[in-house]
Amino acid sequence: MSEVKDDRRYTKDHEWARREGSELVIGITQYAVEQLGDVTLVDLNVKPGSEVTAGATFGTVESVKTLSDLYAPVTGKVTRVNGELTNAPELVNDDPWGRGWMLAIEPADAGSYDTLLDAAAYGALTG
Amino acid sequence: MTDALRETPLAAAHRALGARMVPFAGWSMPVQYEGLVAEHHAVRQRAGLFDVSHMGELELEGPEALAVIDELVTNDLRAAAIGQAVYTCCCDERGGTLDDLIVYKRGEERILVVCNASNREKISAHVARHAAGRAAFRDASDATALLALQGPRAFAVLDAVGTEPAPLGQALRPFRLCDARVAGVECVVARTGYTGEDGVELFCAWDRAAALWSALMEAGRPLGLAPAGLGARDTLRLEARLCLYGHELDEDTTPLEAGLAWVVKLGKPRFVGKDALAAAAAAPLRKQLVGFEVTGRGIARSGYPLQDSAGAVVGTCTSGSPSPTLGKNLGLGWVPPGLTAVGTRLQVDCRGKPVEAVVVPTPFYKRPRAG
Repeated sequence: MSEVKDDRRYTKDHEWARREGSELVIGITQYAVEQLGDVTLVDLNVKPGSEVTAGATFGTVESVKTLSDLYAPVTGKVTRVNGELTNAPELVNDDPWGRGWMLAIEPADAGSYDTLLDAAAYGALTG
Repeated sequence: MTDALRETPLAAAHRALGARMVPFAGWSMPVQYEGLVAEHHAVRQRAGLFDVSHMGELELEGPEALAVIDELVTNDLRAAAIGQAVYTCCCDERGGTLDDLIVYKRGEERILVVCNASNREKISAHVARHAAGRAAFRDASDATALLALQGPRAFAVLDAVGTEPAPLGQALRPFRLCDARVAGVECVVARTGYTGEDGVELFCAWDRAAALWSALMEAGRPLGLAPAGLGARDTLRLEARLCLYGHELDEDTTPLEAGLAWVVKLGKPRFVGKDALAAAAAAPLRKQLVGFEVTGRGIARSGYPLQDSAGAVVGTCTSGSPSPTLGKNLGLGWVPPGLTAVGTRLQVDCRGKPVEAVVVPTPFYKRPRAG
C-alpha cells in the first residue's frame, strides 16, 4: 500500500495540495505515480498568472505507456510552476511529495482547501 | 466484455512476482513486474523472460503440410530446410493482411505455425479450411505454452539451467529450431523473438510451463535475468521496428505498405492474395509506413494524426512511445509515398497540439554484432 501524507489534502484524481503560506502547492500522489510507471513527460498548459478552475485540466503527465490528465484541485491563480520538470520529469517518480511538485495556486476562496479529501479519506480511496 | 479472461499456466508465478495483470486479446497477461523501463533495459543488456503463452500454435502434418501453408502465405516456404523458421504474412484475396506468422518447418511433413493471440480463431479456421482433405490440422494453442528468453545472456541462462543437447548456442543458428530438454522439460527451442535481441522462444506442454519458468528464473537471476511484461515487449519491438498486428498490420493494409515487401515473394506460382499484391506492387502505394522521431516536446501515441510541415493531416501514428534505449520519443505511422524520405519534417497532433517530428531510418535500434 502506498504512503499517504497527513500534512496535505487530496482529490479523488490523485492530486495533492499542501498549504504554503497563502498558496497551495500541487502535485500528484505516490499512488498515482505507481499507477503511471516511469514518468517521461510533464506538460503543463498553465504559467504564472493563469487562472485555473477546480476540476479543469492544467496539463498532462505521460509515462512510457500512458497519458494522464492533471486536474486543478481548487479554483485560483497560478503563482509558480516547477520548471525543473521540463528536463527532469523523473523527479515525479523519485520524489512525488517534494521535488516532483507541479504548480502553486493562490486559491480564489481560502476555504476551498478544506473541501478537499483529508489523508484518511484519500487513503480509504486507494487502500 | 463479460467473458472471463483466460489465464496462462504462469498466472500464479506472475502474481508471486508482483506483476500488474491487464486484459490482452482475451487473456490476463502481465504488463509489467518491477517496472517497464527496468525490464526493457534488462533485455537489452542482460536477459528477460516473457510469458507469451497466449500466442496461437497450429500444427500441420502429412506429405502436403508444407504446400498447404505455403499457399496461404506471402513468403516462399518451398526451399525451407528442416529446422528453419520463416517470418511471413498471411493475406486475404485483396492482399489485406490477416496476420503475420512464423512458420517452423519441424520436419519434411511437420509444420508448426505461430500466430497472434488476437487472430487465433480467424487463422485457425482459415488454415483448417485449407488443410481439409490434404493435411492433418490441429490447433495446439491450448496445450502449448510459449516462453521467450531474450537478451545477450539468453544462451548463458540456458547453459546455467542445463539443456540436452548442450550447449544449445553453438548448434542453433538464428531462425532455426531444434528439439531439446531445458531444465528437464521437453521443448521446441527456436532462435527467434520479438525484441531485436538474440534469444530463443521455448515451446513446451501447458502443464510443464510453470516448472520451466521457475527453473529459468532461478538459474538466470545471478546472470541478471528479469521477468519482462508486455509493456517492455512493446517498447522493445518498436525500437527494432517490428510490426504489431492491429497497429502496423490489419486487413486494410498490405505487407507492401507496411514495409514487408521482403516477405512477399511474387515469384511463387500461387498464394492467396498474389494477384492483388502483384497489382499493388506495380502501382504507387496508397500509404507507406515510416519511422519518425518526435523532436518537439511530446510523445506520439497510436491513433494521433500525422501532419505535413504545413499542418495538413497526411496520415496516422500506428505506434509511439518513449524509447528507453535511445532516450528519444519514437513512432511509426502511415504517410503518403512522397513523405517517406529520411529528414522529411512532420508534425504529430498530440491531442490538439502540433509537435515537430522528423522521418528517421529504421530500425531505430539495431543490436551490436556479437564478436
